Amino acid sequence: MTPALRVFVIGGRISYRALFNWISPLLYLTTMLGSPLFQILFFTYLGRFAQSQDDLFFIVGNAVQVSAMAGIYGMTMGIANERQYGTLSPLLATPANRLAIFSGRALPFIVNGFVVSTFGFAVGWLLLDFRPADGSVPSLALVVLVTTFSCTALGMLIGSIGLRARDVFFGANLVYFVMLLVCGVNVANEDLPGWLGAIGRCLPLTHGIEAAREVAEGTPLGDVTGLVLTEVLIGLAYASAAYVLFRFFEAEGRRRGSLETF
Amino acid sequence: MLRLFGVGWLFHVKALTNSLFWVLISVLQPLIFASIAFFMVDSGNSSGTLLYVALGAGLMGIWSSTLFGSGGAIQWQRWQGTLELLVAAPAPFIMSLLPLTVATSSIGLYSIVATLLWGRLFFGVPLDFVDPLQLAVALPVTVLSLGMLGLLLASTFVLARNANAFSNLLEYPIWLATGLLVPLTLLPAWVGPISWVLAPTWGMDAIRDAALGSGSAWPAIGMCVVLGIVYFLLGAVCLRNFERLARQRATLSLT
Repeated sequence: MTPALRVFVIGGRISYRALFNWISPLLYLTTMLGSPLFQILFFTYLGRFAQSQDDLFFIVGNAVQVSAMAGIYGMTMGIANERQYGTLSPLLATPANRLAIFSGRALPFIVNGFVVSTFGFAVGWLLLDFRPADGSVPSLALVVLVTTFSCTALGMLIGSIGLRARDVFFGANLVYFVMLLVCGVNVANEDLPGWLGAIGRCLPLTHGIEAAREVAEGTPLGDVTGLVLTEVLIGLAYASAAYVLFRFFEAEGRRRGSLETF
Repeated sequence: MLRLFGVGWLFHVKALTNSLFWVLISVLQPLIFASIAFFMVDSGNSSGTLLYVALGAGLMGIWSSTLFGSGGAIQWQRWQGTLELLVAAPAPFIMSLLPLTVATSSIGLYSIVATLLWGRLFFGVPLDFVDPLQLAVALPVTVLSLGMLGLLLASTFVLARNANAFSNLLEYPIWLATGLLVPLTLLPAWVGPISWVLAPTWGMDAIRDAALGSGSAWPAIGMCVVLGIVYFLLGAVCLRNFERLARQRATLSLT
């Protein structure tokens, strides 16, 4: 294994395990699965009350969106907690490949987000009679994976901002809630005012959820390629911006001696 | 005791108001959920009015605020190293905890004000309250009963090291089971008895009855008072026992 690959895999794994210094694995699991379960139930029942869309709209929207819990919160902590817990300076004092350090942290959260989303769909299937079209599950899985990646990329960006900002978790929480509103999770993009819809289209999730809904209704993957590619490009754009910010704040922190000051 | 409660309540209200996290929980989050519900109801064929939604979203904010406050009440003291001092102080520990849980539910009042103003300004929600007097009584009684529920939760969290994380789990279920936005008639019948022992159910009924004129708010206000007293008594018993256990096991300050 090359040093960069080792940093990518082992560094990512250690970073993920570091989350459990403040939360027990059992409680983490309960939170990661319990919150999505009730979020999906809540919005599906709210949808039934409002009679704005059918159940599939809310189940797919929320089952995809819950991957953002790992992608946004987890990834933000994966980067910003280095500063919080005083491990940022030793980490950046190493000659390790920065791209490997940075991207390695994302991999466990992409897997985590994917598992949470899969659980969300299982909840829909078990409790809300959600039945995706025959043969659509592999395509749906691909769309969810892509969307989880783009959400994690946004989490990387927020985490990078956390290398400088005083209270990055406020931003992470706010972004998570705003995504519920503007990304077509519970309100169709065309039902939002134009400017809100435009914000949603610049964020991860929106195109992924739209593609997931179409695939779940039986549209072939080939027909939603445009939406999936847009989601990939949005993810890559956020990941690139996150990496640039990470390097910028590293350089600035070194220059000003302010890596771990708040 | 009254002075301790008053000073403690004021201190915590000021401290919480200065926290960005509480601004998020008690103002921004309810506004976002209210907007989602406004858009959903607006684009759907529901019989629910926007005022119904605004009040529900506001009470959701009060519950979130109470929940995270009670979940964090013990943990914050642990992190700051003040838990042992408060337990060792001559005043009963419950009188140190109660002002905090009531303060967190009081902060939640921002939610109702915020969602009503938001609804009025951006969604044209008419703020015509049928019985302002009943509403003026229903609101503080609801806040107090939720504060007592917060005390009960906080008292059971003395022994738990990750109570604040556990409290994340209770947000959506209570929103759902107490009919804050989704009428209980749409939920399975077994949810009904659960909702009866939860103060937010009666608080929501009282506020909606007073604001929308769907009935007299006094019975629901009475239930809030009764439940508040029950929560306080249960909280006091739990707190005394868990405090004793935590002392015996020397786990009070463990994080």
